Amino acid sequence: MTDGNGTREIANPVAISVRGLVKNYDEVEAVRGVEFEVATGEVFGFLGPNGAGKTTTINMLCTLVTPTAGSASVAGHDVVHERDDVRRNIGLVFQDPTLDGYLTAEQNLRLHAELYGVQSELVKPRMQQVMTMVGLWERKDSVVGTFSGGMRRRLEIARGLMHSPRVLFLDEPTIGLDPQTRRSIWEYIGELKEREEITIFMTTHYMDEAEWCDRIAIMDHGEIVALDAPETLKAGVGTDRVTIHTDDDDATIGALADRFGIEARISEGAVSFGVPQGEEFVPRLFAEWDPALPPIKAVNVSRPTLDDVFMSYTGSTIRDAEEDQGKDRNRRMMQMMHGARR
Amino acid sequence: MSTTTEPRGSAGATVEAAPTPVVRVTVPKRSLTSELRAIKIVWRREIIRYRSDRLRMVTTLVQPLLFLFVLGSGLQQLSAASTHGVNLKTFIYPGILCISVMFTAMFSAASIVWDREFGFLREMMVAPIRRSSIVIGKVIGGATVASFQGVIVIALAGFVGVPYAPLMIIGIFILQLLLAFTITAFGVMIAVRIKQMQSFMGVMQMIVMPMFFISGALFPVANLPGWLAVLNRLDPLTYAVDPMRRLVFNNLSISPQARAALDPGVTWFGWHVPALLEAGMIVALGLVMLGIAIWEFTTTE
Repeated sequence: MTDGNGTREIANPVAISVRGLVKNYDEVEAVRGVEFEVATGEVFGFLGPNGAGKTTTINMLCTLVTPTAGSASVAGHDVVHERDDVRRNIGLVFQDPTLDGYLTAEQNLRLHAELYGVQSELVKPRMQQVMTMVGLWERKDSVVGTFSGGMRRRLEIARGLMHSPRVLFLDEPTIGLDPQTRRSIWEYIGELKEREEITIFMTTHYMDEAEWCDRIAIMDHGEIVALDAPETLKAGVGTDRVTIHTDDDDATIGALADRFGIEARISEGAVSFGVPQGEEFVPRLFAEWDPALPPIKAVNVSRPTLDDVFMSYTGSTIRDAEEDQGKDRNRRMMQMMHGARR
Repeated sequence: MSTTTEPRGSAGATVEAAPTPVVRVTVPKRSLTSELRAIKIVWRREIIRYRSDRLRMVTTLVQPLLFLFVLGSGLQQLSAASTHGVNLKTFIYPGILCISVMFTAMFSAASIVWDREFGFLREMMVAPIRRSSIVIGKVIGGATVASFQGVIVIALAGFVGVPYAPLMIIGIFILQLLLAFTITAFGVMIAVRIKQMQSFMGVMQMIVMPMFFISGALFPVANLPGWLAVLNRLDPLTYAVDPMRRLVFNNLSISPQARAALDPGVTWFGWHVPALLEAGMIVALGLVMLGIAIWEFTTTE
C-alpha cells in the first residue's frame, strides 16, 4: 500500500458509497434506506434536525453500528466485512468529547498514534503539524482537563488527523462552540482540503455552516429528501423571500391575497412570503398598494437560504422540526445512540 | 502560528510563502506488533494516570494502615492470650496486604467505567486494533498499579514484626502480583458490563468486603463453623492469603503450637492444599476471568 517514497494507494474517485442503508432500533426506524456517494476530496454535509438519523448513519459508516440492511463502503472498504481496513483509513471527531482529561494534549495524541500504529519516527513531526494547525502546539504539555470546550474540540480534530485519514468524519463539530471557534474550525477544514487528500463527511444542523460544504444531503425522518450543492438547492427553491412591516399584519395579508394572489404568513413578527423575482416585485408592490391600506414601513428581500430549502422539502423549519419530532422520540433515540456508542 | 508566513526582507517578493510539507502517515495493517504496541500504550496510560494521581495513592493506603495498626493494635489486647505470644499485627499482615492490593486492583478496573462515562473508551474502541488488546492492556496496567501498592505494604513489614527476608519478600511479591492480575481481571470483567460508576462502587463493596472477611485475612482457617469453612474454601482470596501467611510464618521464630494455631493451612476434606497449587489456582482463575472479560468486551457494540 505504500512504496519507499511514501506515496499512498491510488486514490479511489469514490470515497464513500452507500446503498440502501437501513438501521432499526427495535420498532424505531432510525435510517430508512439511504443512498449516496461522496467523491474523493469533497466536503460533504449531512443536514437535518436532531433525531433525523444523521448520527446513526455516521456510526454505520464508521463501523461502530452494524446496519440492519444495505451496504456501505468507505475508502474502498466494506464497513461490515472490512472493518479494520475502514478504521485504518478514517478519522473521527465525535459529538461528545472522547479525550482523556487527565493526560496532556501531547499524551492524548501519542496514545492515538500508538493505537493506530503510526511509524514512530513520524509521530512527532505529524503531531507538531496537526497541533500547529489547530493552534495548540504551544499548549501541548498542558493537561487536557484544563482546556476550554473549544480547545478540546480543536484538539479532537487534530487527533482525528494524526494518522492521515483518507476520510474525516465530523459529527456536529461546531455544536456548542462560540462563533470564533466555529469559524476557525471551518478555516481548518478549508486548509485541510487544500493541503491533504482528504474527504470530509460532516453532520450539522446549523444552516449557515452547511453552506461551506461542496454538497449537502438534507435528512429528515431517516431519509434523504434532497442532495445537491447548496447553491443548486437554493436555486431550486425558485423564490425570494419578501418581508413587509406594517402596523396591521392581518390587513396586509388580506390585501396581498386579494390584489396579488399571494399567500403570506406571519413569521418572526412580520408578514413574509415568497415570490419568484423579489427585486422586481417590490416596485409593483408600491405602485399597486392601496393608499387606504396601512402604509408599508419597511421591506426586506432576501435570497433563499438553506432554511428555505429545508422548508420546501420538509414543510417546516429545522427548528420547528426539532420541536415537532417530540421530545419523547428524541430522548429515546438519544438513549439508544448512547447505548450503541458505549 | 503566523510568524512563518511573514515575508523575509527583499527576498519576500520572489519567494512564495512555502507551506511546511505535509507529514503523511500510513496506518499499517493489523499485526501482532501493532497489537503489542496497543497493549503497551493502554498499559502505560494506566501508569501515567496513577502517577499523576497522588491522592489515590494515599487514599488506597489509608484502609490497610487502619486495619493493620488500629484494628491490629486494638484487638491485640483481647487476643494476646490466644495468639501464643505472636503479635496480631504480624498475623493479619498477609491478609491486609491482600486487601490492599485487591482494593487498588478494583479501582484500576473501575477506570474502564470512567472511560466509558467520559467517552474515552470510544476512542479506543474505534481504533484498528483488537478489543482484546484493550482489555489485556487494561488488566496488565491495573495489575501493575495494584502491585505498586503491594510494594508499599511490603515495605511496612518491619513495623509489624515481619523480618525482611529476601526470599520471603520475593515470594510475597510474586504472590501479590498474581493476585493483582486476577483481581483486575475480575474487576474488568464486571466493569465491562456496568455503565455507571455508582453501580460499580456498589457492586465492588458487595463483593470485595465479603471476600475479604471470609478469606481468613483476619482469622485462622481451621476449626471454623461448617458453613463458614465452606464459604472460606470457595473464596478465591483464601488461596492468596494462605500461601502468603505460610511464607511469613516460615520466617518467624515462634513455638510449634503458635504455628499450628495461627497458620493451620487450607485443607480440602483433611488434605493440605500445597502453596504452589494455591498460586496456580489464582493464576488460572485470573486467566478465565480475563477470557470472560475479553469475550464480553468483544460482543458489546
